[in-house]
Formats: sequence, C-alpha cells, structure tokens
Amino acid sequence: MHGTEDLELNRRDLMAGASACAVAVACPSAAWAASRDASGPVMSKVSLTVNGTAHEIDLDTRTTLLDAVREHLHLTGAKKGCDHGQCGACTMIVDGRRINSCLTLAVMHQGDTVTTIEGLGKPGELHPMQAAFIKHDGYQCGFCTPGQICSGIAVLDEIKAGIPSHVAADLTATASFTTDEIRERMSGNICRCGAYSNIVDAMSEVAGRQA
Amino acid sequence: MKSFTYERATSPAEAAASITRVPGAKFIAGGTNLLDLMKLQVETPTHLVDVNGLALDTIEPTEEGGLRIGALVRNTDLAADMRVRRSYAVLSRALLSGASGQLRNKATTAGNLLQRTRCPYFYDTAQPCNKRQPGSGCSAIGGISRQLAVVGASEACIATHPGDMAVAMRVLDAHVETVNGEGVTRTIPIAAFHRNPGDTPQIETSLQPGELITAVTIPKPVAGTHIYRKVRDRASYAFALVSVAAVIQRDGSGRVAIGGVAPKPWRDEAAEAELPKGAKAVTDRLFADARPTDDNAYKLKLTERALGAVLTEARA
Repeated sequence: MHGTEDLELNRRDLMAGASACAVAVACPSAAWAASRDASGPVMSKVSLTVNGTAHEIDLDTRTTLLDAVREHLHLTGAKKGCDHGQCGACTMIVDGRRINSCLTLAVMHQGDTVTTIEGLGKPGELHPMQAAFIKHDGYQCGFCTPGQICSGIAVLDEIKAGIPSHVAADLTATASFTTDEIRERMSGNICRCGAYSNIVDAMSEVAGRQA
Repeated sequence: MKSFTYERATSPAEAAASITRVPGAKFIAGGTNLLDLMKLQVETPTHLVDVNGLALDTIEPTEEGGLRIGALVRNTDLAADMRVRRSYAVLSRALLSGASGQLRNKATTAGNLLQRTRCPYFYDTAQPCNKRQPGSGCSAIGGISRQLAVVGASEACIATHPGDMAVAMRVLDAHVETVNGEGVTRTIPIAAFHRNPGDTPQIETSLQPGELITAVTIPKPVAGTHIYRKVRDRASYAFALVSVAAVIQRDGSGRVAIGGVAPKPWRDEAAEAELPKGAKAVTDRLFADARPTDDNAYKLKLTERALGAVLTEARA
C-alpha cells in the first residue's frame, strides 16, 4: 500500500521471518523465551499520522521514528546525519514539539501526529520559513536544511509559548525573538557548511512578520 | 541494535513487576540516552517497558509547600513551569543549560537523574571499562581524562555524572519517590541516590532492580539568589567541564553543589559553611581528598574561579 516494489519485498521477507515473534509482542509474558531464542527481529504494529495521512505499519521494534518515516513511508526529507541526536538533521515535529526522530522508537509513537519537512509546504506553496531560507541563502549543501526548518518553526512557537532559554537575562520575563535567543535555541541543529548567520536572518524575518 | 520485545506499561507497579520478571529488561521513557547507548550496544536490553503512557507527567504542590514533579515531566516543561522559574530558578537554569531544545522536549525528570556517564571509554565497546563490563579494567585511568572526575572516583572508575539537573536537585535537597513490583513505595534523599563507584562502578544509584521512579519532590523554596553557572567548551549544547549550582544569602552564606567533577553532584555541607570566607576556602575543603589526573587537574582551579564568579554575581 505504500508503493514501491522493494518495500513490498522487504515486508514479505520480514513478515515470513518474524511471524512467530509477532505473537510474542501480543502476549509478552508467555512468549519471551521463544522470541529470545530465535534472536530474530520482533515485529510490532504502529499507527501514525504523518503530514495529515494515517498509516499503519508493521515494524521491527528496533526501528526509529526516523527510519520508519524514511524507509517505510518513503518520506526522505528528514535526514540521518549522526543518528545519535547530536546534529539535528532528523528533527521532526511530533504532537506539536520538535524532537530528534533518530533517538525515539516508532513503536513509542502509537497514535501520534508527525510533521516532516514534506508536510510544511511544497513547490509553489512554500511555508514562510522555507521561503525565507531561500531568500536569505540559509543553506549550501542542503543536507541539514529539513531539520533546520522544522526546528526553526518550532523555535518561534516555543518563544511565543513563553518557554525560556539559557540566554534569558530574566527567567520570568517574556522571551523575545533576538539573535541571541535564536542562536541558543538552534544549537541542536548543526550546519557544516556554516550557513548559521543566514539561518538567523531567515528566522528573524519570519519572526518579525509574526510578531 | 540487539532485538528486543516491547510492551506499554499500564501502571507503575506493573511496569516494575515486568522488569523484575524478565532478565535484561529495562524501562524506557524519553529514550534519548538509552537508545543512543543501544545503537552502540553499550546497552542491550532484551525487553523494553515503555512507561510513557503512565500518568506521571504533572507538577503538583506538596503539603509542605514544595513541588512534586512527576517522573515523566519533560525537561522543557519543568524548566518553563512558572513556579519553578520564580522560586527554584537554579533548577530552571540548570535544565536550560543542558542538551538541546529537541532533547529537552523528550528527556524526562527521572531519566535525567538516571543518565549514564559520557566517559569516552564507556562508549567505546572495543576498550575495557569496569562500568560497562565489570572486572575488565578502566581505560580512562592513564587515558584521556580531561573531562573526568577529580574527586569521589576510585581505582576502578573515574567517570563523572554528566547531568546539570541533578546538581540543582542536590542543592535543593530533592527526594526521589519510587515504587517496586510489589507496589511498595519509598523515598530516597537525593544525597543518597547517586553512588560513588568504589569497586562496583556498574551500580550507579541506590535503586533496587525493577524499582521505578514515580516522582521527584523538592521542599519549600529556599530564599536567596539562585545561580547555575556552567563552564563548557562551547556556549551551548555541551556537557559541563565544571558547573556550580548555588543559593546564596545576603550575608554570603548559602548552599553549593558542583557538577562535572565527580561520579555524582558534589556537595559537602562542611565545605559549604566556608562560603562567607570566599570561593577558595570552600573549594579547598571540597577538594581536600581530590585525586586529579594531569589532564583534569585544571578542574580544581576552574571550580574555584567559577564559584568566585557566582559569589560576585550574588553580591551584585
């Protein structure tokens, strides 16, 4: 149902190998021993809404949210940079909050609503943050850009929601859209091309329009 | 990553019972540290008990005038809570100085306390490490130890507790509430929660196997100037080389705990009594038993200077 041939092949192969283990997930206390002895993949079903579309996927429990979205739903906008939560290239917005999708298991997101770069805008109908990144040259190679844009949008929402940051002079004051605030809050998104100052310009412009 | 079975817990006691029943099982909450370690096979749980569905995500006032912080309250939400920002600023500041925005959105209060060391040899499965593989030896002693412990360590392990939140919790005299698989609850003072390594560095806390943290409580607010000062290699998103959590009074007395120097947040009430005499008097006492390496001896002076800066800021 998700399209390509290789995906169907993968799913058939995985399901053939793991049908015994699927039972183990359904009634864990009885069936652990069997699944451990087999030491093969353990499958589990998860329902997710990604960019407005509901999906039900059979996954190896080890599958991260990032791999589920990239390899199973074929939405390859979010990138796998470090795969350890250090670079931010995998940033997605889950139930309204930005997270590192590489450091969370897909099975932990049953029923959750996920937004990736593909859900923000498309050619001809860009999200204001996407348009601002283009206008200000907020990227060079583009690898970190989907994560930067997801994070950038969430950062402006966090400031609006009154969440303080490390650079706040007064913890109880309302945060503002200053360069210092944006830089601090974007520190979880690395850009090895060094487009940082242009990213700050893009975010400042969008913040200014919203303020 | 090694394969594992997975279940969603339905109650704290059942979650704890599941862990006790299955050898090699672990709780997962935010997962930001556990999954990182599972990818490297430093952690290889056979079964994960997902506790995210348990209703442990609220911050409630206690009868004593403090706060009970649910184990699953995310770092972002704890730092942003207006009661914490107004009356426990050292805690809010510590949280905001840690990790990145994405990680703080996921990481939990209990998970933050339980995060593992970032000692490079703990992470490198090709190297001996007594914490990862008891009895295999410590590669950090005689190795690269710039970020590691100067006090409280042992011949078996010189890893540090990497957290910021725990340092503030220590200065606030927090308590950790738990439940076990039989439904028995208990409360552990934060001072007794993290352990020095001795010859069993693999045992990092006083939790029993299967014991689940349900909440962290903080007593009624401590008046004074709340400061968290973190010294690190870059301005944001880095672990502390040294950090100072302090609540300082007008007369110069107060409380202080140090992060980044020991296997646990380092606080000594006798050293703290020296605060009115200045930073050096405190750190001389705090580090009386320190055994730094050539690589990390700088932390002794750095702590004195960071504390000095904190005292100057408190007087301003």
